[in-house]
Amino acid sequence: MSDTPALLILVAAIFTNNILLSNFLGMCSFLAVSRQLDAAVGLGMAVVFVMTCTTPLNYVIYYDVLLPWGIEYLALIVFIAVIAAFVQFVEMFVERFSPKLYYALGIFLPLITVNCAILGAALFMLVRKYNFAQSVGFGFGAGVGWALAIILIAGLRQKMGYSNVPRPFEGVAIAMIITGVMAMAFMGFAGMVSIQ
Amino acid sequence: MAEKSPATCEACLTGSLRGGKGMETFRGGLWTNNPISIQILGICSALAVTNRLENSLVMGAAVTFVCIASNLFVSLLRNATPRRIRMIAEVAIIATFVIVIDQLLRGFYWDMSRRLGPYVGLIVTNCILMGRAEAFALQNPPLLSMVDGAANGLGYAAVLAVIGFFRELIGSGEVFGKPVLLSEWFTPNQLMIVAPGAFFALGFLIAAFNAVKGHPQEKKR
Repeated sequence: MSDTPALLILVAAIFTNNILLSNFLGMCSFLAVSRQLDAAVGLGMAVVFVMTCTTPLNYVIYYDVLLPWGIEYLALIVFIAVIAAFVQFVEMFVERFSPKLYYALGIFLPLITVNCAILGAALFMLVRKYNFAQSVGFGFGAGVGWALAIILIAGLRQKMGYSNVPRPFEGVAIAMIITGVMAMAFMGFAGMVSIQ
Repeated sequence: MAEKSPATCEACLTGSLRGGKGMETFRGGLWTNNPISIQILGICSALAVTNRLENSLVMGAAVTFVCIASNLFVSLLRNATPRRIRMIAEVAIIATFVIVIDQLLRGFYWDMSRRLGPYVGLIVTNCILMGRAEAFALQNPPLLSMVDGAANGLGYAAVLAVIGFFRELIGSGEVFGKPVLLSEWFTPNQLMIVAPGAFFALGFLIAAFNAVKGHPQEKKR
């Protein structure tokens, strides 16, 4: 994998290997926030930002600190700590500059810390042995892919409010099925470019 | 339920569980308040590892272990933890046990460790663990918290097993890697193995739960 251009990884992370639709990461906040379009856009942007910054940051910490000291089994705790600190930063930033968005996102902003997509991006970066440029591309692409998926599905779910869904399927169940259809649509990109 | 923040969950749970009935707590985790199908937590791994029954069972066991252990320790430390840093303390406790599981799998079950890949590490961010620590272990004594952890872990494992069973059965006609459905009238439906099949399977499972138990989101609109 080490010779794939970073740009290719970026495109693949958005479309063919979408972190939400093909790796199922970040489902919790996805289901909770994808009911309104504007909250979805806000959270999507926050995730893009956090993921673009934390993935390369975790790369540097893993390869320059943990590995030389032989404590790479601590990677999980360290990654979580880095992500938590970063989210705190984004939260203060959003609260200061966009109080409206802050109230719209409410509880879910701190929950980015436990958004599996962010930690997942860092772990996939390790498993797939990306180099620095590739992990920048992957972090950004995965964030954009996640945001794209949540925004598309929020749009669909808003329209869904007017349709007559069978009673047991209302709410989460139908959202899962829409997501499945969306995942099928994204699988159509699979012939275009693919990463492991 | 998706829109329940940990804070409201706390309120609704302590009301019904203050009596300290171990059995009631156990039933809550397994059935009446099942983490996946009712609380809609921990979906990521429920979808990602369930393409085979064996993976689902190992994942369920891992989460059950971490859930019991982390609930126990969060509960033991609940009076010593300052409120402001409780989240970080919880994450640190959970991450410790996830590392234990990860190293165990690497050491003794390398095949499975490779198949589950990063999803073992991702147990850290599984909302069930954080949710139970916040909503239950922080207010309850250690033993009861362990019961709650076990119940939620097993409830999670049970749902994973059901999804894993159906996905493997329909997707490749096998159970535990043994062909059971392969004959001339059955063609494996590859869709169930890949990503969209996971979404469909969980969607139908939740709908089935709703149909049996009555819909939890009556007041949504």
